[in-house]
Amino acid sequence: MNLDLRIPMGLLFTIVGGIMTLYGLFTRGSTIYERSAGMNINLIWGLVMLIFGVTMYTLGRRADKRPRAPVVEGATRPLGHGHGH
Amino acid sequence: MNLTFIDWLIMILYFVFVLGIGFALKRFMKTSKDFFQAGRALPAWICGLAFISANLGAQEVIGMGASGAKYGIATSHFYWIGAIPAMIFVGVFMMPFYYGSKARSVPEFLRLRFDEKTRAYNACSFAVMTVFSSGISMYAMARLIQTLHIFDAAFLKMNWPLEWEFHFAIFISAIIVLGYIFLGGLTSAIYNEVLQFFLIVAGFMPLVWVGLKNVGGWSGLKSALPLAYTHSWKGMTNPHDNPLGVEWFALAMGLGFVLSFGYWCTDFLVIQTAMATDTEEAARRVPLIAAIPKMFFPFLVILPGLIAIATPAMMQHAALQTPAGVSTTAALAETAGAPDKGLIPVKVNPTTGKVITDEKGQPLYDYDLAIPNMLLRYFPTGILGLGLTALLASFMSGMAGNVTAFNTVWTYDLYQSYIHKNASDAHYLSVGRWTTVVGILFSIGAAYLATSFNNIMDTLQLVFSFVNAPLFATFLLGMFWKRTTGHGAFIGLVSGTVAAIIHHGLTLPTDAHPGIHGGWIAVIHQYPSEMAQNFWTAIWAFSTNFILTVLISLMTKPRPEPELVGLVYSLTPKPVEHHMEWYARPKVIAVGLIVMVVALNLIFR
Repeated sequence: MNLDLRIPMGLLFTIVGGIMTLYGLFTRGSTIYERSAGMNINLIWGLVMLIFGVTMYTLGRRADKRPRAPVVEGATRPLGHGHGH
Repeated sequence: MNLTFIDWLIMILYFVFVLGIGFALKRFMKTSKDFFQAGRALPAWICGLAFISANLGAQEVIGMGASGAKYGIATSHFYWIGAIPAMIFVGVFMMPFYYGSKARSVPEFLRLRFDEKTRAYNACSFAVMTVFSSGISMYAMARLIQTLHIFDAAFLKMNWPLEWEFHFAIFISAIIVLGYIFLGGLTSAIYNEVLQFFLIVAGFMPLVWVGLKNVGGWSGLKSALPLAYTHSWKGMTNPHDNPLGVEWFALAMGLGFVLSFGYWCTDFLVIQTAMATDTEEAARRVPLIAAIPKMFFPFLVILPGLIAIATPAMMQHAALQTPAGVSTTAALAETAGAPDKGLIPVKVNPTTGKVITDEKGQPLYDYDLAIPNMLLRYFPTGILGLGLTALLASFMSGMAGNVTAFNTVWTYDLYQSYIHKNASDAHYLSVGRWTTVVGILFSIGAAYLATSFNNIMDTLQLVFSFVNAPLFATFLLGMFWKRTTGHGAFIGLVSGTVAAIIHHGLTLPTDAHPGIHGGWIAVIHQYPSEMAQNFWTAIWAFSTNFILTVLISLMTKPRPEPELVGLVYSLTPKPVEHHMEWYARPKVIAVGLIVMVVALNLIFR
């Protein structure tokens, strides 16, 4: 398959993480964080997601350029000759 | 619920990506193998995460949270006892036969190993089951969207009647799932399951973190709850001493062996993801990779249930939901005398607005709202959008896995085998595509069936459990005893189901009335809980199937041994492992997993 999942997934997490981080920055000290035990959870978790997203995206792009390892002889056995059809 | 622009933006972004992945995959769908089997070309880690996500539908997420609130950490038995050992077994011992036999589905494996009638029986029952499971998912999602009033503001703005919310939710989920499977087949479904996996982790990890912080950490949680809630093995020697109402034998044998092995080792819904990998060794690694996050999922999906109970009720926010939109204060006021259940609201009759009580006058609690109420209680706008997206994603991928499994079984095992043989590959590809549409339409039908007859879904799930309970005995004997014959397997399987039905008809959980809960023939035995009854039904079904299959196999003529190479353990060359690093060998990983799961059980004993 030619589409590495890490690329779209990395993008989604980067964008959502980015949005949450920005929103967290603009709402510092807001009363909405009384629910989340006083933590600016948008800012903190947005950054975590941002880092995860960028890492995934980078890994996906890098793997896209590398050729695949060859299959080892004997690891996939020629089976299934037995059945009669 | 007050959703802001930012929450909507996150949800809409997710839907754009889901459909985008479908469109991006469309150009790779050239043959039926690409569509039904993801071209057998996906890496093991992707399939491994999809393997657990396929099972982690929203009923699972909501249900595990609910059961965490109801029974406590003992719910983790469904993971540590009820999943990990079976996942290890399927990876180490069974996967070589599924993958190596070149069967394209689990029913097809049954035909290779046994005969046509065993396959047809399994394919038909499985196809019906997947359609209804997908419909139940759809129904549950629409109900939840309605209960949480997610679309209320948008509907009021558009001047649409609020009663349409349910139909709207069904329509939207159907269109999206249809879109991405029609375009990208199994690959699309698997990719979205992995995406859902990461979203669940991203959405629930902060929930547990914030929730735990609020109740004073693990020690604070422990002191706020009864002892049995934080100890999974307390009172397991006697069914009357623990909240599950089960003793250790029924737990280990019924859940840990029969039910769990029957599900994880034979259900094509999960097996299809492992069969989509590029090599046999990758296929064997899939369930083993899946077992690692599976082991830690109790902390993500069960713990919120416990925190919901421990969160002081007086801190409840006015925005918290109670069923059918009855005002929270009214529902809470009525429960003043009842035990404090934190964020769990009581069940309210939607027409009268009265609290529903049991025979002893105690109010019934709506545990299914544990997770949604946790999201609303602890998440401010912004991350709330993420949490809801995770929940919606798990509903969708629960549907998607069922739809792709239905596609494959219908097209290969029923259409190609009995209706139209020897057509071109392009023909089967387009049959598969259009089967998606039919599958989704059936699911919608099932969802509406559930709205008009609530009992129908309970009844159907009961019937499925009868069909599934004996299944593992057939696979176990088929793969590990070369003497097993097709007649033995078929008669054993059918008798196992009959045994399950009879056992259910003759027994009853203590606090239930004869009827859908059992005892509809006569009551000759009472179980302390419904769970105990389920486990024993499974044990009876399995044993009946096992014994009859052995007896009839001994009386009928076995197939010649050369025909069974690649299908039976003793006649198949063992997989080559010498080229792998020691830590990558399936058996080494298996031992590591067992050590970890034992350690977890000791820590939370």
